[in-house]
Formats: sequence, C-alpha cells, structure tokens
Amino acid sequence: MTRNVSQSGKSRKMRRMIVDRGIDVVLMTFSLLMLLPLVFLVSNGFKTPQEMLAWPPTIIPANPTVDNFAAVLQDTPLLRWILNSILFAVLSTLAILATSSIAGYILAKFRYRSLNVVFALILATAIVPFEVYMIPLYFQAQSLGILNSLWGLLLGYLVMSFGIFLIRQNVIHSIPDELIEAARIDGAGELWIFFRIVLPLLRGALGALGVLAFFQAWTAFAWPMIVATNREAYTIEVGLALFQTGFTVDLGRLSAASALVLIPSITLFVILRRNFVQGVASTGLKE
Amino acid sequence: MLRRKRWLFAMLAILPTLAIFAWLRMFPIVETLRLSLHKWDILSKNKPFIGLANFQELMGDRLFHEALLNTTIIAFGVLAITIPTAMVLAALIHYRTRSRASGFYETAIFLPHVVSLVPAAMAWKWIFDARLGPLNALLSFFGIQPQAWLFDPTLSIISVIVLCSWQALGYAVLIYLVGFKSLPVSLYEAAKLDGASGTQSFWFLSIPMLKPITLYVSVVTLVSGFNVYAQAFVLASDAQGAPGRQVRVLVLDMLENSFRNYRVGYAASEAVVLLLIVLVLTLIQFSLLRERGRA
Repeated sequence: MTRNVSQSGKSRKMRRMIVDRGIDVVLMTFSLLMLLPLVFLVSNGFKTPQEMLAWPPTIIPANPTVDNFAAVLQDTPLLRWILNSILFAVLSTLAILATSSIAGYILAKFRYRSLNVVFALILATAIVPFEVYMIPLYFQAQSLGILNSLWGLLLGYLVMSFGIFLIRQNVIHSIPDELIEAARIDGAGELWIFFRIVLPLLRGALGALGVLAFFQAWTAFAWPMIVATNREAYTIEVGLALFQTGFTVDLGRLSAASALVLIPSITLFVILRRNFVQGVASTGLKE
Repeated sequence: MLRRKRWLFAMLAILPTLAIFAWLRMFPIVETLRLSLHKWDILSKNKPFIGLANFQELMGDRLFHEALLNTTIIAFGVLAITIPTAMVLAALIHYRTRSRASGFYETAIFLPHVVSLVPAAMAWKWIFDARLGPLNALLSFFGIQPQAWLFDPTLSIISVIVLCSWQALGYAVLIYLVGFKSLPVSLYEAAKLDGASGTQSFWFLSIPMLKPITLYVSVVTLVSGFNVYAQAFVLASDAQGAPGRQVRVLVLDMLENSFRNYRVGYAASEAVVLLLIVLVLTLIQFSLLRERGRA
C-alpha cells in the first residue's frame, strides 16, 4: 500500500519532469529561431561573397574577413550617420524626460480645473499616430529652415504623451501628498520639492521612460526620412535603408553595415534590459 | 498668498510642455484636418476649399484602394499570427518562470522588438532572397520550387507580415507575461483539485481572464500594423528603388502623394482616413472594456 503511493508519487514526479523538459525544449528552440536572423546578419557581415552562397549557411564564418566593413566605411559616411542617430536619440530622450517629469508631476499633484483640460488634450493626442500629422509638421520644420539638421529631427520627438501619462501614474502611486505637504510646512519652495523630493523618488520610472524614449528615436524611420534628404544629415536607419537601394550594393556589405548598428543597440539593451522591460510592461497596465 | 504662489508655479511649470504640445502636436493635427478639405497643391498659388472632394476622389483611387487593402491584410495578418503565438509562449514561459532559462527565453523573444528596424529587415531580406536566401534553399529540400518572395506581390505581403510578426511578438509576450502574473493562483489550484489539466485551465481560465490584455495587445498590434511603412519599404524596394516593386501601404501612398506628386491636401485626406481607422479601433477597445467593467 505505502509502496504503491510512493510509486505513483514517483511517476507523477517523473511525468512532471518530462513535461518541464519538453516545455524547455519548445521554448529553447523557439528562442533560438527568433535569434537566428540576427545571428546570421552579424555573421554574414564577416563572410566572403562565396561563403554567403553556401548551403547550409555557416554561423561562424570559415574565413572571416573585415572587407565588408572596410568597404562600407569607405562607401558611406556610416560613422556620421551613427553620430547623427546618437545625438538625435540622446537629445530627444533628455527633452522627453524633462517635459514628462515636470508635466507628469504637475498633472498628478496639483488639482486645478484648467489642468484637467490640459491632461485631456494630452491624452487625446496620444491616440493620434505620428504618421497622421507628420506632413504639416514637416512644413513647420521647413518654414523654420531646419530641414536636414538635428533640430529638424528633434522637432518631431520633443514630447511624448505616453511619457507624461507614465510619470503621472508613478507620481500618484509613489509620492504621498503628506510628504509634499510636510516639506511645504517646513518652508520648502516648489522647485526645491520637485528637484529634491519628487525626482529622486521617480528614478526608476524615469530610467524606464528614458530607455523607451531613446529606442523610439534610435529606431525612428518615416520622420527622419522626410526631414533629412541630404546624405550627411541621414540617421543610421535612413542611411542604411537608402544605401540598399543603390546599384552596386551586395548583401555582405549591407550585413556588415547592419551589424555595426545592431551590436551597440543590442549591448545597450542587454545592459538596460530591466529598465526596458519595466517601461514596456507599464505600457500595458492602464488604470 | 501661498495658494496663489502654488497656482502660479503649476501654471509656469506646465507652460513649456503645453506650448510644445500645442505647437508640435495639436496644431499639426488640426492642420491635417484643415488641409484635407483643401485643394492644397505645392505648385499652384491658389489653395481653395473644396469640402469633401478629396475624400470623394480617394474612393475612386485605384492606388489608394491597393494601399488600404494591403495595409489591412498586413495588420490583420500580424494580429492573427501574434496573438495566439504570444499567448501560448507566455503561458509556457510563465509555467517555467522559476527555471534558470526563463530570463533567456524572455530576452531572446523580446530582442527583435528592440533592435533597429532597418538592420532587422536586412536580415530578413537575405532570408527571403530568391537566389541566395536560405528560405528557398530550405524549401528545395521539400521539393518546393524557389519562390520570388520579394518580387511577387502576394508573397512580398506575406514576407512583410512575417517580418512584422517577428518584431511584434516580443512585445505581446511581455504584456501577456504581466497578465499571467496578475492572475489569481488560488483559482488554478482549485481547478487542479477538481481534476483540470494544464491545457484545460489555460483554455477555460487563462484565456477568458486575459481578455482585457488580449484586447489591449490586439489594438496596439492593429494600430501599428496600419502605420506600417519602414518594413515594407526596406523589404520590398529593389536595388533600383523602382516603385513597382514596393508593397504599397497607406503611409507610402501618403508620402508619394505629398512629396512626389505635391498633392498635400489629398495626402492629408489619406491621413484623416488613417486617423479614423485608429480612432475606431481605440473606441472599440474602450467600449469593450467598459462593457466588461459593467458585467
């Protein structure tokens, strides 16, 4: 009797282990399949033209070469494009962090009827996709004479409705009114409260938003493409996309150029993964 | 006195953000609506008000129809692949949360969502390439003739759907994982005591309880599907950039009308159509959520 029970317990354990392993195999296979295109892209960058045709495709090149990289750096102002993208993404992130943190705080903690109207307007514009209003925005940039410049790029990416919303929610959840009231009673000025109490408590949320904002600008496409028509002013995404429409380009060079762009952004992602996941996850948590 | 000061601080602090919003968001949106009612041609001096004539013309525009159809197929195609796949993957990852590899699964599946769009599309361009792509080589093992994935109009739409789904999946899985974590454990334990299998509780507990998440992910996926542009541009434009080979999507048609044909008012009316589609999707989401709240 006792033997029977322990046996069925054992077989249940056994079954559970088999199920677990089976699920692991499925997930591992799927994960590797998802990664495969990126792995091949990087590896293709190091391949000779002959090896790119080989079947099955090799993951580690037999005769790794940096010719593709050298050729791309010679053919295109790739480093300039990367620099443009970095400047654009960093400045856009700073602008979004600044506008979102102050506006989010005000909208969370100050209760005036006029602010409700402001919040409603910001939420309403959040629904409208960028593509809908980018043509009038282009004419704004044109009339300011800032096409083909960093300022033109930034024009589309200075504020983020979702950022304001995210900070507002975080302030509501993590900064008690009593804390602010206590500081006021102690005679603290409003600016002091914002910089010394609110911002430090928002560090996590700002980190998450910063990562989202950076990647949003880093991967922007349609806007940089219409604003920057001058080769020197391209961002890396636009540069690569238009580079491939040239006549002489082969896949080896394209892969090399793409790999040069991917490696820094993947590295950044791996370092900031926690912030990123937090930021993205909170986009789904509407309250 | 103090009250007044506080009010002043709030107004002054919000002013810069509000000014940028008014200038770079609200004004361009209103301007899109205004332009759509005008015959606004860069080349001509007169830009007369023409009411809904642009929209009437859109109804008979073959290229616009093609773009609208392609975009709709892409958006719903990505939706049909992403939602079920993401739900199952998230369930499996959630089940194996305590295993050491779960962080790896999450990262690997999520990574395509964050890598730059154009390089990622380049990777797929090679996979789909008719002559040297591994996809055709793989198919030939099964005796399937090589396909012109990026040339044939139908196949290139499928290619765009595959690329977009590969990118959208990580986001959907992540949101579903958040959803799974918020489900009450006790309910699953009760179901287990009643003899329900894992599949049964997934089907009869998880799927119904995750409905709001599914709704949210669906709307996000559809909206980004309707805005698709970069993926279609990179994947299906050829070495010479010939327009015939591009997958015509709404944003592409809009950009061509405004920057190639200089018909800005007409392009704006397309933007308004895009806005209406997105608005309807969002309204559906809100009304379904409210219904659920009432029930």
